[in-house]
Amino acid sequence: MALERCDVEKLAHLARLGLNDAQIGSSTASLNAVLDMINAMQAVNTDGIAPLANPLEASQRLRPDTVTESNHRDDYQALAPAVENGLYLVPKVID
Amino acid sequence: MQWETVIGLEIHAQLATNTKIFSGSSTTFGAEPNTQASLIDLAMPGTLPVLNEEAVRMACMFGLAVDAHIAEHNIFARKNYFYPDLPKGYQTSQMDDPIVGLGHLDIALEDGSIKRVGITRAHLEEDAGKSLHEDFSGMTGIDLNRAGTPLLEIVSEPELSNAKEAVAYAKAIHTLVRYLNICDGNMAEGSFRCDCNVSVRPKGQTTLGTRTEIKNVNSFRFIERSINHEIQRQIELIEDGGKVTQETRLYDPNKDETRSMRSKEEANDYRYFPCPDLLPVHIPRDMLENLRTQLPELPTQKRERFEAAFGLSTYDASVLSASREMADYFEVVEKICQDAKLATNWVMGELSSLLNKENLDISQSPVSAEHLGGMLLRIKDNTISGKIAKMVFEAMAAGEGDADQIIEQRGLKQVTDSGAIEAMLDEVLAANAEQVEQYRVSDENKRGKMFGFFVGQAMRASKGKANPQQVNELLKQKLDQ
Repeated sequence: MALERCDVEKLAHLARLGLNDAQIGSSTASLNAVLDMINAMQAVNTDGIAPLANPLEASQRLRPDTVTESNHRDDYQALAPAVENGLYLVPKVID
Repeated sequence: MQWETVIGLEIHAQLATNTKIFSGSSTTFGAEPNTQASLIDLAMPGTLPVLNEEAVRMACMFGLAVDAHIAEHNIFARKNYFYPDLPKGYQTSQMDDPIVGLGHLDIALEDGSIKRVGITRAHLEEDAGKSLHEDFSGMTGIDLNRAGTPLLEIVSEPELSNAKEAVAYAKAIHTLVRYLNICDGNMAEGSFRCDCNVSVRPKGQTTLGTRTEIKNVNSFRFIERSINHEIQRQIELIEDGGKVTQETRLYDPNKDETRSMRSKEEANDYRYFPCPDLLPVHIPRDMLENLRTQLPELPTQKRERFEAAFGLSTYDASVLSASREMADYFEVVEKICQDAKLATNWVMGELSSLLNKENLDISQSPVSAEHLGGMLLRIKDNTISGKIAKMVFEAMAAGEGDADQIIEQRGLKQVTDSGAIEAMLDEVLAANAEQVEQYRVSDENKRGKMFGFFVGQAMRASKGKANPQQVNELLKQKLDQ
């Protein structure tokens, strides 16, 4: 399965990436190269092998349920382009 | 055409942890905006999630309670979508290997029958923040305090066949998560919310019709109304020659209708993949066995015990076991008065209507279980009648003390001295000599109503304190003389 330009346009839209025409072209080519490699890997016999979720032979460490963070809102909001009443402001979104 | 409905529910239960699922930020409700949003919750580059062990424990407790398969490993995945209240650009959730696998829950229906509903899975995920669309000079305000709050998404099999069943199932899950102390169940604060998947098909057809999903319904009443509305809308649409589109809809309680939110086709392209920031989560078998021993008596077990031990109907038993607090209250009352039927009647009758009227939870009841049990004892030993008991109950609700104090202070002790009752009855009959004559010459079928008149007069004369059974018996004797 090869990706078409329109697939890449759609993916770029879903990820909110503003790609120009040339970038869409080059992204299509490089993503297709990745897919070619995946296609080649399909030839490997994986019968009886469990899907790999993570290459590390370890399991997730857990954290005790204790509050360790304190309020640093002012510091964080100093970096934000727009804030009001403690809220981060973003361009209007209507669902 | 005859239609049948297929409903499945996705319930989001907010887990009652102190901190978020992947960070040490507090989850306390109602804090000032963004004061509980740390660098991890804000998705700052370079931060990494660390899983909260309490969220894992709570999910396992739920899995054990619904008899589900809990695999040795579960895996977190990224669900990608773009929305400003989701700072990472993806929600950390679970896809192929959820923590809780196939299980089931038995629910009691209104007709007293029991239905077993399959639970497909339950998985851990993080909640998003909140968007505030009030006017901030044409901008949207974002509060990320809720971002990263742990949720357990509980997915049922599409096995519910009408809105009432869906509500019964949602209530049973609500009861269960509160029994387990893993969710506070506060629907107004969004701790327990429901997505309803609804489809219709001609009766007898085995394949499923196209479904729509009603998002974020936050009360049981709205679950019922939105599903009924959606069933009607789909049937009318199909009968008019139209086709149901798979989409997400929102329920508007003011207009009692659902409307389309967005085309699911595009939004559904979530491009899940395993989250590289989180390793597979190992659930040791001995931990599960240890948790199993910590399970409380579950609602179904309690209901069955109430039916067997107290001879209650399935309906009464399921109402009384609807919450742990209610069940505990009932058991204290029953233990004191040693009469399950009487305790059931009072808890489900007078007490429930008092709580409803005052809009109180049973844990805030102005009448304690000890006081109610004590009062029922006084009914049983004939100190007061059922009618006087209602007065005593009101006085207890008003904080005038326990039943014995109120009976003493107000002189409500029932008169059981038959001599005194007879003397009182003689006076009543003498004052109503004409009616007595009429009674004596009337035929049997008219006497019932007339007899009631004398009972009423006698009870009034005694200010309700005469023992009603004795009044009945003695009055009968006197009139038949």
